[in-house]
Amino acid sequence: MNTAASGNFAIKTSELTRRFGNLTAADGIELRIPYGEIFGLLGANGAGKSTLIKMLTTLLSPTSGSAEVGGFDIIKSPGEVRRRIGYVSQLVSADGALTGYENLRLSAKLYGLPAPERSERIASALEFMGLADTAHRLVKTYSGGMIRRLELAQAMLHRPAILFLDEPTIGLDPVARRMVWDRLLNLRRDYGMTVLITTHDMEEAETLSDELAILHEGRISVVGKPAELRAGLGAEATMDDVFIHYAGGLIHESGTFSEVARNRRTAHRLG
Amino acid sequence: MKRLIRESAAIVEVEMIKLVRDPTEIISRAVQPVLWLVVFGQVLAQVRGIHTGQLSYLAFITPGILAQSVLFSAIFYGIAVIWERDLGVVHKLLVSPARRISLVFGKAVAAGFRGILQAVVIYLVALVMHVSLRLEPLAIFAVLAGVMLGSGIFATFSLIIACIVKTRERFMGIGQLLTMPMFFASNAIYPLDIMPGWLRVVAQINPLTYLIDALRGLMISGGESVHGYAVDFSVMLAVFIALLSIAVRLYPTLAE
Repeated sequence: MNTAASGNFAIKTSELTRRFGNLTAADGIELRIPYGEIFGLLGANGAGKSTLIKMLTTLLSPTSGSAEVGGFDIIKSPGEVRRRIGYVSQLVSADGALTGYENLRLSAKLYGLPAPERSERIASALEFMGLADTAHRLVKTYSGGMIRRLELAQAMLHRPAILFLDEPTIGLDPVARRMVWDRLLNLRRDYGMTVLITTHDMEEAETLSDELAILHEGRISVVGKPAELRAGLGAEATMDDVFIHYAGGLIHESGTFSEVARNRRTAHRLG
Repeated sequence: MKRLIRESAAIVEVEMIKLVRDPTEIISRAVQPVLWLVVFGQVLAQVRGIHTGQLSYLAFITPGILAQSVLFSAIFYGIAVIWERDLGVVHKLLVSPARRISLVFGKAVAAGFRGILQAVVIYLVALVMHVSLRLEPLAIFAVLAGVMLGSGIFATFSLIIACIVKTRERFMGIGQLLTMPMFFASNAIYPLDIMPGWLRVVAQINPLTYLIDALRGLMISGGESVHGYAVDFSVMLAVFIALLSIAVRLYPTLAE
């Protein structure tokens, strides 16, 4: 794993902003995420979570502001950033027409893993994610949980310092979701990876996150440890209460047609 | 260069695995060129309405039908790219440290291999129909090189369109709108010198014309390249490089 980065933070943003025409999807985001932390990013649909992740993973250029990921500037050194990150998209990115092993081999080649190491790394990743027995089955025959674990295996294959997970458990049943959580916690324990995870699932946020931020209309409403955020609203407060309080209230509904369609498509493919 | 080859080869390998696993696309795409040769070619050969010099009409259109097959097969590559975008595959590729040019070039080369399979089909059909083909290894190698380059051009062009329109529905409409005019505004089924002046001008800037011109000289006994092979391949290479440089810039916008 590569953690040889400058500074003390795995992710550091300063006034990070992205506009689409008149819409400001991310508005002056300030984040400091230490190495080794699991950091939750919450917010309603359209709050700016995916936009933020896309900027941090170099898929989208910021309109203004700056960010360092793994010690490298996302605009000046996107290639260096990409070497240090793994990414599991909200969408189902594993190729169903390939086997699990073939999906991993593609990742290994694109990440430039030396040929002698490839087989060992792939075998190790498959073992870690509990997919060794099904490695040579076509991914289109996998369950939703297996697909997500395969995608995690692809994202960790090159031992990145930082993992970005965009709603990784969307559409999964509780058992599959728990299995993904277990593997995620093991990744942090065994490899010390920093994880930035977006989710709508309050139980997931509380179980996994050392610290979390809630986004509302492109801005960070609050950052803190889950227990502290709950305590801040009263002894009986739940994470749902925290979310409602900081994410725009009960009656606020958001999310574009394409976002809703995308979520449903992902849930359908994994379900 | 080594990195470009390694990364592109990874993309090509995946495309070839999928093609071998499900060859229905190759089979279905073979039907149309066979119909053009067997039905259209034979009927028009009887009419003798188009002067094709020393070549029989069937021999004249054989390279044209191969080029058409390459065009039709490659031009819908963009649909697959939009599909990959909708699935999140494009995002996964773009987050990897692989260079953008490798990802795009890999797609173009994979399209080239599909084009070669189309060429095999056309050669077999043409032989069955007694078209006098040049079967010297060097000529066949040059045909395959031309097919690879032509496929690369049209697949990359298709990818550019996909990056601009971003939805399968829009792409289908534009794909249909482009392929037939490109085919008819070329020397595929009639020579350039019988075209009206304006169409000849369009044909001269159509890369399909140069592919067909090269194939006609390289595939058919007694056939010749009007422009010369150096011009044909230079034009195709220049067009490919220009399209590749545009596609490399546009491809990342698919994930935005």
